[in-house]
Amino acid sequence: MGAHPYVGAGVVRNEDAQLLTGRAIFVDDVHLAGTLHAAFLRSDFAHGRLLSLDTSAARRREGVIAVYTAEDLGDYWCHGPLLVPPPPIAGLTFNTATLVPLARDRVVHVGEPMAVVVAESRYIAEDALEDIVVDIEPLPVVVGLEEALAPDSPVIHEALGTNVAAHAVQRKGDYEAARSEAHTVVSRKFSYDRGVAGSLENRGILADWNPRNEELTVWDTTQAPIPIRNGLAERLGLLQSQVRVVAPFLGGGFGPKMMMFYPEEVLIPWISMRLGRPVKWIEDRAESFFATANERLQLHEAELAVDSEGRILGVKDVFLHDSGAYDPYGITVPINTQCTLLGPYRVPNYYSEFTAVFTNKTIVTPVRGAGRQHGVFVMERLLDFAAKELGIDRVEIRKRNFLTPDEFPHNHEILFQDSAPLVYDSGDYLPAMEKAAEMIGYREFLEEEQPKARDAGRQLGLGIVSYVEGTGIGPYEGARVSVEPSGKVQLATGVGTQGQGHFTTFAQIVADQLGVDVTDVNVATGDTREFSWGTGTFASRGIVVAGSACHEAAIVVRKKILALASEALEAAEDDLELADGVVRVKGSDLSISLGELAVRANPLRGTVEPGAEPGLEATSYFGPARGTTASGVHAMIVEIDPETSEVSIQRYVVVHDCGRLVNPVIVDGQIHGGVAHGIGNAFFEELVYDDQGQLLNASFMDYLLPTATDVPHMEVAHVETPSPLNPLGVKGVGEAGAIPVGALYAQALEDALQGAVEILEMPLSPGRLFDLVHGTPSDPEAAS
Amino acid sequence: MKPAPFEYRRPDTVEEVLHLLAEYGDEAKLLAGGQSLIPTMNFRLAQPAVLIDLNAVKGLDSVDEADDGGLRLGAMVRQAAAERSALVAEKVPLLAETLPFVAHAQIRNRGTIGGNLAHADPRSELPAVMLALGASVRVRGPDGERSIGAGDFFTGFFGTALEEGELLTEVVLPPAVEGGGQAFLEVSRRLGDYAMVGVAASVVCDPAGRCHRASIALLSVGSRPMLAEQASACLVGERPSSAAVLAAGHAAGNKDIDPQADMHASVAYRRHLATVLVRRALTAAFERAGCVMGEGAS
Repeated sequence: MGAHPYVGAGVVRNEDAQLLTGRAIFVDDVHLAGTLHAAFLRSDFAHGRLLSLDTSAARRREGVIAVYTAEDLGDYWCHGPLLVPPPPIAGLTFNTATLVPLARDRVVHVGEPMAVVVAESRYIAEDALEDIVVDIEPLPVVVGLEEALAPDSPVIHEALGTNVAAHAVQRKGDYEAARSEAHTVVSRKFSYDRGVAGSLENRGILADWNPRNEELTVWDTTQAPIPIRNGLAERLGLLQSQVRVVAPFLGGGFGPKMMMFYPEEVLIPWISMRLGRPVKWIEDRAESFFATANERLQLHEAELAVDSEGRILGVKDVFLHDSGAYDPYGITVPINTQCTLLGPYRVPNYYSEFTAVFTNKTIVTPVRGAGRQHGVFVMERLLDFAAKELGIDRVEIRKRNFLTPDEFPHNHEILFQDSAPLVYDSGDYLPAMEKAAEMIGYREFLEEEQPKARDAGRQLGLGIVSYVEGTGIGPYEGARVSVEPSGKVQLATGVGTQGQGHFTTFAQIVADQLGVDVTDVNVATGDTREFSWGTGTFASRGIVVAGSACHEAAIVVRKKILALASEALEAAEDDLELADGVVRVKGSDLSISLGELAVRANPLRGTVEPGAEPGLEATSYFGPARGTTASGVHAMIVEIDPETSEVSIQRYVVVHDCGRLVNPVIVDGQIHGGVAHGIGNAFFEELVYDDQGQLLNASFMDYLLPTATDVPHMEVAHVETPSPLNPLGVKGVGEAGAIPVGALYAQALEDALQGAVEILEMPLSPGRLFDLVHGTPSDPEAAS
Repeated sequence: MKPAPFEYRRPDTVEEVLHLLAEYGDEAKLLAGGQSLIPTMNFRLAQPAVLIDLNAVKGLDSVDEADDGGLRLGAMVRQAAAERSALVAEKVPLLAETLPFVAHAQIRNRGTIGGNLAHADPRSELPAVMLALGASVRVRGPDGERSIGAGDFFTGFFGTALEEGELLTEVVLPPAVEGGGQAFLEVSRRLGDYAMVGVAASVVCDPAGRCHRASIALLSVGSRPMLAEQASACLVGERPSSAAVLAAGHAAGNKDIDPQADMHASVAYRRHLATVLVRRALTAAFERAGCVMGEGAS
């Protein structure tokens, strides 16, 4: 029996036994008799007119059951939904181009599906793909962001007549007026590129239409099983009760599995209904680089106006954002950039303008951090340059600009991705910065260690940066808590789970209210049959929104337990305590177990009083008014080999504030994983496209994820500033670790190089660092 | 990522392999460890009609001391087995030193010495080691057995001197000599990746302390592993010095190689890495040869 309270304790994860012994079920582990296998014919061209597809030979191949092109879909062919309509920003331009299930007369990115083959095996299906004769007339390709906006650029979506996906200006105060009074203005151009989520498990779908009971079951690697259920039912003309979507264990989500609907997601269930057999499609790694959303480049022109003391008077940022070929996720990513740029700082005047641009590349939707990295990079770099110009210490300039606890809630007067005003709920940034500086040994490093190393010819540098992260947005999530006659507790919620530890953290929250062992709370999540309402796991919101719903439902059940126990034990509720799975009259051995109470609450005879409900069960929903703001400081010491430009991380320190910690071990794990993603983004990963929109590194041989030897030990500490916006006081942490790492590398490397270069771009690599320092060309085409 | 259909054969003897090679010609591919071939087939970049699996062939996986005191490695010796072999460590320390740089442990568990050489990837470590050591391979074909020196074996981009119908059966490494020293170094993006540049250096000093021979083999700097001749010329006949190894590094990086740029390294960076790594590897090799390095006139 574990020790209460569980919330705050590093409880061992309930799901680990299943995961570590290989018993956990992932989509591809589901084997149904008679399953057919699908493979997609994808465009080799980034842009072209699809003149014809001859599938006759493929259809004749032995083992092929069906081949579908756009034409074969009939009325089922239509544009997908606009998943996230943009916030009501005044003067916003927003041009929608949503995904299609199969390209009909035009292909707009490499990897866009044009046909699907269904066969007795995946092998046969892939053989048949080679039988299809494709005739595509190539069109000029749009790759670069600036080029996309040139007057003579080819236009990707003819109906729109422009490659502008969105244009938005958000303002606070009067930047130009502030600038005119500034002591110093620093301005720079930045480019920040991001990459794939790199989930261990790619996407996959198994759809099974049962024609006898007319039910469709879909196993799907989605972060949003309920919206997928709702959308499929609508699109297929079924009742929601006829459709069950199961997102079982997932090998990572990180955002792209929140995108809906992918073409495969609308096609596989439809095909299963047509053929009356289970149909499975498992995305392979090569497909994933083209078929699954990722994040990419933004180009910023930004300036920071400060007074002589380094106090921020205003920030101006104008940037271009790569949307890829379609924009079903609206403008969430650039809005995150716009909002997160402000960081933990007091920015009285802000002008931020972005243009999101269509290009002939895979779609861009949130990937862990979701545009926040880009904004943090711009702001932190500007502060570094301002500090240098004014001769102010880089930690000091940040401290001077931190919002103080008495300034919360702090309204930034612009709109966030959830359409609510960007209001920070709580935060205390100074202690985190001081703690991080102390942990990394900031003063000692600068005054002793670094000069000594430099004398010895070594290039050692330190970075220390801050960031905030808007987390835990609405609209809502729900939870149902029921005590069963066994005394065990069933907890169902609608959010999917991709490794975050929900089976433990949600159980901790409920176990504390009901006085049961955390292992006696069974969490059901990601199955629409278990819970019918909700949105999904995204935006670092699981613990905030679903966790709060679990908490509220557990409180109601606790009340029911106490009321019933009071009757059974003939004692006042105030005299009762819940612990160890029983209700006990305080100071006596008079008690009744939760199991017995559950039986009493659901009698076979007698009567349940009018107005009462049977069972010890409650369902609650939680919808926060707006997101809650987490924050953190990362610091690191790097060493550059002056001859080879190889970079090694000597120390890595994180001080993080996500409010009240539900499970510190799980929170640390989230931070570790996030930092690993951040390190990949800063120094290893990059999607390299050529001028024809061809991705040159679509495999893990050339697209480099950081491995265990590249990710250092991290020293993690916490500051806990509770959120006033939810009953648990929690804030999200899922994306946090990934956000500041690019900015951190830039500052640390610059420091190591003693300011020999300014780092204005991410990602870097040893080769790029060498070329920056030596002024040699990096572009393979320019260099050859 | 499923391969196209192919016929699978699993012969037991070298004779059967040669028979199958004769029968199927260039429609057949030999499967050794499969660490390059299988991914290539899964990407459908290679679609051999017949796959001849060498894994059941007897007599290709022994590690033996050669009559001259060198080492004979069967073509099917797993890289991991060679890495852990005490005989390899004793007889050919450069090979033992290099093997941990070959991809990852899991890959070395399957990957073979012979398969690696026959694949002749210009970014691969083992071909450079063969060149630096003056090793040779034995091959068997329709016309019997022959030996090919490493310098003649690697003919171009993934190209070897193997003729149609021939099977690489053995690698022969010469014995260590008095006054010899070697070193391997590479710079890769991550541990286990193909190197951006790598160098295997083998030097021999005469009793008077002069450099008698310097073989400096580079990888990832062109279409095949290559010996840096002009770098060697900076050393042979000279007393090793920090100035001489520096000059050798510059000769290697700026004269011997003609590298291409790719997404991981520009031409300038590759030349620079070659310069640095050659200097470092030579310094280590001379030190191991017991050669006293002078400052040298610069």
